[in-house]
Amino acid sequence: MQKTEKKSIKKHKMTLSKKRSITGYLFIMPWLLGFLLFYVRSLYMTMEFSMSELIVPPGGGYSLSFVGFTNYIYAFFAHGSFVQVLATSVLNMMIDVPLIIFFSLFMALLLNKKFTGRTLVRAIFFLPVILNSGAIVDAMEMSRAMMAGGLSTVSAELTTSSSSVNVGYYIELFKNLAMPDILLDYIVAAVSRISEIITASGVQIIIFIAALQSIPGSMYEVAQIEGATGYETFWKVTFPMVMPHIITNVVYTVVDNFIDSEVVDLAFETAFTNYQYGLSSAMSLVSTVITCLILFIVVWFIQKKTFYYN
Amino acid sequence: MKIIHTAKDKMDHLKLDTQFANDRKKAIVMLKHFLFGLFRAVVLIGISYVILSPVFGIIASSFFSDADNYNPMVFLIPQEPTLERYQIAMENMKYSSTVLVSLLYSLTLMIIQVIVCSMVGYGFARFQFPFKNLLFFCVVVMIIIPTNTIMLPVYMTFRDFNFFGLFSLFGKSGVNLLSTPWPMYIMTAFGCGLRSGLYIYIFNQFFRGLPKEIEEAAFVDGAGTWYTYFRIMLVNAIPSVITVAIFAMVWQYNDTFYAKLFLISPDVVIGKKISTLQANIANIYQIQDSNITQLYLDAGIVLVMLPVIIIYVLLQKYFIEGVERSGIVG
Repeated sequence: MQKTEKKSIKKHKMTLSKKRSITGYLFIMPWLLGFLLFYVRSLYMTMEFSMSELIVPPGGGYSLSFVGFTNYIYAFFAHGSFVQVLATSVLNMMIDVPLIIFFSLFMALLLNKKFTGRTLVRAIFFLPVILNSGAIVDAMEMSRAMMAGGLSTVSAELTTSSSSVNVGYYIELFKNLAMPDILLDYIVAAVSRISEIITASGVQIIIFIAALQSIPGSMYEVAQIEGATGYETFWKVTFPMVMPHIITNVVYTVVDNFIDSEVVDLAFETAFTNYQYGLSSAMSLVSTVITCLILFIVVWFIQKKTFYYN
Repeated sequence: MKIIHTAKDKMDHLKLDTQFANDRKKAIVMLKHFLFGLFRAVVLIGISYVILSPVFGIIASSFFSDADNYNPMVFLIPQEPTLERYQIAMENMKYSSTVLVSLLYSLTLMIIQVIVCSMVGYGFARFQFPFKNLLFFCVVVMIIIPTNTIMLPVYMTFRDFNFFGLFSLFGKSGVNLLSTPWPMYIMTAFGCGLRSGLYIYIFNQFFRGLPKEIEEAAFVDGAGTWYTYFRIMLVNAIPSVITVAIFAMVWQYNDTFYAKLFLISPDVVIGKKISTLQANIANIYQIQDSNITQLYLDAGIVLVMLPVIIIYVLLQKYFIEGVERSGIVG
């Protein structure tokens, strides 16, 4: 009885800022609950799962038995493909992310200027974002191979002598020119992934265009009056102003890239095809930690060099 | 006389010189412009080709008849176009009913997303409360953490769903919500749906950009907080509402990850039907050649893509300008 009375008195004495903070909590309440129930709780449970053997009886519920780090050890030292898949995924990410960032910045610079057919080109560039469903992407990949290889494979089948370009010859040529192997590998990998890079950079291009449009025109005027060339203007005005959005784009690209990566597929399969729930949790956690680590290092590194206008 | 003559000559010469220099400058500028335009056109056309070619390839081959498929001279334009692929794919997918259900499902989720995420975004943008920065950091964490990290616990939760102990409080056991769309509805209602973090972020940025005077005026006129939010702020936020709505709708329609995780029926999520379409048709019609069944798959993909493409063509302006103006960039 007394307690409620006290409470009601308190309610009367509530200051405006306190009232507003409670309203604020009410506004974010659904998300806060969801975050606690679905994210914090689930992250904890994933950790728990990864350190135990999970048995799921057909009726309902599940039972855990603690096994320590067995799942992690199994994933790293005994599992047939985990380490390899993880390494490929991370490596692909390393190749893709810088290329996507540079490519999308370059495209944003091209698309930012006014020219006829600009709306159409932008619409085309944004199309992959709309059609990003897994099944559709697979089918598109197949169709792309058909489109690229359609005529040439047919002609190769019809005539015994193939007239297609010999890639190996060119690689050998550049190797003889004493180009470092790492660079060569990178370029070859980049070229072979060009279609993926283009389709993965829709949102990034839009973000960069928006960033470019938010640069005040007076800055360019000043640069012009001071006699700066286009090259100088880019490096002294455009690039520093766009820099903060590079971070946004890097985060978006890394996350987007990771969601579609093979590690995720492997973890999914391990759980729902092989029913090795503990192992799958361990895989998910390891790959997530690695992604977050990469993300933090990259963001920290860029942030150090970023110039904030405001 | 002679001096004057030479001076005049010189003057003429000079005039010509400057004119020539001017002309040359102009020509160089024009040439530069032309070369840049050419370069841009080449790059843009090339890249557009890379993006569009598979789409055109799929659309074209969905009209191929068997003869066209085996004819090596046919490329993109079928000689004997047929609609049979569409007929059979539609029949097999129960297209007309499934696509309606699927669109309805995405539409419902989209409405929930817009309401919940805009509310949360508004809460973060306009109110001061303890731990606000930490909580907003959690929103960013939610964007960054991939869903596969939490998929197993979420799966287990919905497999035996008793509302986090609330059901057992009333002496009831949990319900298996898998293979219904309910897990998706519940997660979205709690702001944890497909890419909800991103939408919250967008709304937050947008609301922060709106002038505070609007709310103050409403407050002075006697509007309560919730009235202000629903009738004034949300109306002002129409650009970002449209952007988020379109994205939520399209991405939800395309999503197969959650649909697979929660075993949601393919009759509700049409995207799932694509993965089985080819095998189904091969089975029913006893078609051995995978090149032919591929054509049915192409038709199915065109059918599934169709609503999205229609939405995109109609609302194309909002998609791109929305992202630009809705304040992702702040």
